[in-house]
Amino acid sequence: MTDAACIFVKRAVKSYGDICALQGIDLQIAPGECVALIGHNGAGKTTLIKLILGLARPTSGTIDVMGRSPGTAGFDTLRRDIGFLPEHAVFQGSLTGRETLTFYARLKNATTQNLDQLFQQVDLMEAAGRKVSTYSKGMRQRLGLAQALIGNPRILMLDEPTTGLDPDSRARVYAIIEEKKADGVAVLLSSHALTELEARADRVAILHRGRLRACASIPELRKSAGLVPELHVRAGKEQMSALARHFAQRFERGSFVNGTAVLTLPTQDKLIMLKEVLNLGIAIDDISLTEPNLEQIFAAYTDRTQVQ
Amino acid sequence: MKQILIIALKEVQDGMRNRWVVLITLAMAAFALILALLGSLPTGMTKISPLAVTVVSLASLSVFFIPLIALLLTYDSIVGEAERGTLILLLSYPVARWQVIAGKFCGALVLLSLAVLLGYGSAGIAIGLTAETAFSHQAWSSFTKLLLSSVLLGAVFLSLGFLISSSLRERGTAAAAAIGVWLCFVLLYDMGLLGLIASDAGKAIGTGQLIGILLASPTDSYRLLNLVGSSETAILSGMAGLSLEKQIPAIAPIAVMVAWVVLPLAGACAVFQRRQV
Repeated sequence: MTDAACIFVKRAVKSYGDICALQGIDLQIAPGECVALIGHNGAGKTTLIKLILGLARPTSGTIDVMGRSPGTAGFDTLRRDIGFLPEHAVFQGSLTGRETLTFYARLKNATTQNLDQLFQQVDLMEAAGRKVSTYSKGMRQRLGLAQALIGNPRILMLDEPTTGLDPDSRARVYAIIEEKKADGVAVLLSSHALTELEARADRVAILHRGRLRACASIPELRKSAGLVPELHVRAGKEQMSALARHFAQRFERGSFVNGTAVLTLPTQDKLIMLKEVLNLGIAIDDISLTEPNLEQIFAAYTDRTQVQ
Repeated sequence: MKQILIIALKEVQDGMRNRWVVLITLAMAAFALILALLGSLPTGMTKISPLAVTVVSLASLSVFFIPLIALLLTYDSIVGEAERGTLILLLSYPVARWQVIAGKFCGALVLLSLAVLLGYGSAGIAIGLTAETAFSHQAWSSFTKLLLSSVLLGAVFLSLGFLISSSLRERGTAAAAAIGVWLCFVLLYDMGLLGLIASDAGKAIGTGQLIGILLASPTDSYRLLNLVGSSETAILSGMAGLSLEKQIPAIAPIAVMVAWVVLPLAGACAVFQRRQV
């Protein structure tokens, strides 16, 4: 716990009556790091976020945010350095976007001078003076994001920041996250849009039925899930049988059907295999290497627990 | 303190924006003027100030009206925000939970005071100006007392509204509870008391106990304050014979009402502190 801007969760358990929402969660987030929290609905993502925000107390275990335990006296003032976007960002419809941000900026004791900058960041400049009740769902979501950015927080907690956003706005959200990461902000975001997270999250935490199944970078997850890349080779009929003959020792005949060869291979062998196919001198139409994506990784981790 | 003020300001801003204040003020002014018109019929030639008549009739009806609008204003304040999902965001800000209650209470009190003072006040001035009695000879002290005690009565039910709103988990239940509380205080309590007196026929319950039971209710305290508080209104309301003013110090009903503001509000803060969001 050297850096004060970190989030430490240690063996956190949260139960509501008989229902155990979180069971022994361990998670650390360093400044400048973006951790994505993924899991099915009801897996405990929002509960974990509430614990870190101090909106709920863990039943057991410890949580430490910026050197203090959330929910204790004195943590209230630290909330100034936390930006939070709730799952469903809702604002009073009778106030304008600017009035809304002014209210939240005042509560954070932040300046209300740079609100224009925030509106520009989320592309709401033109709508700033309009009542929130006239906003579309995406605009409300972006206003929510602007709200989370007030006062340059050191921790950003974004609960599904891209739901309801068009591709442009999504890209903008991730650009903002990148920018904040570069400034040393610790970012925790939850999302169901798994494909978006691949290149963006430094680490992915997979939450399933209140347990943390895994928390690592995507390549590491891929490896430990035992998922392997696939080499797809498309070629004519004769070429395909030539391929099948060559690989007869290593792959079954079923791998060579419909003019496409699907070769699954250990990650460390992928370049060797690629070279081997190309060096055969067989005329091939197309070749591609697919890595298992986050959705497959997620499925692998969450299926396995169902078997257990 | 600053956080309380910020939240209060937003409540006021919102109340102004959704025309709540305007509507209630107009309703109250219309209400007061109609009562004044009705009240001016029987007094005709007597020397009694028409304003005093208005005070008596307004006080008798405000007892029903003000608690209702105060409860309507606050029953939703916490539970509604919790259901809409704005509460979780607000509590993630550097603000303590008691400050949320205090801020919302202050904001609601400002809105209610504006409605009462502007509504009743404008009607009072209109009555004062049109009456035959000289403007300065009107029962202004009774009227001022009516205004201030109406605000205090409103504060009592704002406070009860917060207690309801922070204890219950659903808006529908909170609305039902608000109606229940309203019925209890404006109707059932007095009916129960009446039944008690009738069946007891003065055997066990003396005047002292009766006054005690009356004072315990904030609405009856409000009635005592306005109807018995001065000799003029006491005569009009038919309460003069009781000569209650000799038995109750004027401060007693006020103290009771203040307690009814403070205790439920403190309860609301305590309950809200433990509430799961």
